[in-house]
Amino acid sequence: MSIINLWVILVFLTGLTWAVGDAGGTGMIWALGLLLSVFLKGHWIIQDFMGLRHAPALWRRLLHGWLFLVTGLIFLAYWMA
Amino acid sequence: MIKQSHPHASAHTTTRVPGDLAMWFFILAELLVFTLLFAAYAFARAANVELFNHYQQTLNRDIGAANTLVLITGSLFVVFAVQAIQAGKTLLCRNWLLAAIIAGGFFVVLKSIELADKFSQGITLSTNIFYMFYLSLTVFHFMHVILGMIILAIVAWKTHKNVYSAQHHTDIETAGAYWHMVDLVWIVLFPLVYVIR
Repeated sequence: MSIINLWVILVFLTGLTWAVGDAGGTGMIWALGLLLSVFLKGHWIIQDFMGLRHAPALWRRLLHGWLFLVTGLIFLAYWMA
Repeated sequence: MIKQSHPHASAHTTTRVPGDLAMWFFILAELLVFTLLFAAYAFARAANVELFNHYQQTLNRDIGAANTLVLITGSLFVVFAVQAIQAGKTLLCRNWLLAAIIAGGFFVVLKSIELADKFSQGITLSTNIFYMFYLSLTVFHFMHVILGMIILAIVAWKTHKNVYSAQHHTDIETAGAYWHMVDLVWIVLFPLVYVIR
């Protein structure tokens, strides 16, 4: 995927996030959807903006592990609420 | 415009992290600090759902979303800057770095407007637990944006002075990695604090 196409997708997902907030989307399904969007955006930023796609696997795993940890902790907290 | 198929063309043939390895350890440390803050926010919300949901509605989501667009666009400009220096196009690289700094400037202006509005309403860290987290998280991130702009400005100046070349531009990749980290953190912060409820 070209970097411009990637930017367009990031813009689209940001617009979607804003629209969900504006529509007052509440509940676990919306939270899960928004966190999935965060994970996808983060994945692309790590791989293609940060340039880790062809970096040593250890660094890709560390950054993706961070992303998984953060979104997982947030989901856990919302599930417990 | 130069090649846009991949932001780090040379990475196809190397197995290293872009930029200085020390910066990546610093980035990891920064990300772990933000992890603690994000988790603290989320679990504090779990104990105060109604309060968080109510005061979240007082935030300016339009500015939050606009700032997301500004940061991801700034990140795109940094990718272009790295591509330009890899192609030996020093002037183009400097211009993309300047564009990224301007994007950061937009973030600073928008965030300042948002914070000034809150402060003018008498909102402080001690107003309630939601605002304590909102102000702590966003101001802490704001400081990272400022630092990112300073780092970009330094490499832009050195690029202007022809310090870098297609073969030697580690500093630019290092600055870019930090800027993308600032972007990455906001990608989590905006939905968490402004939207998810």
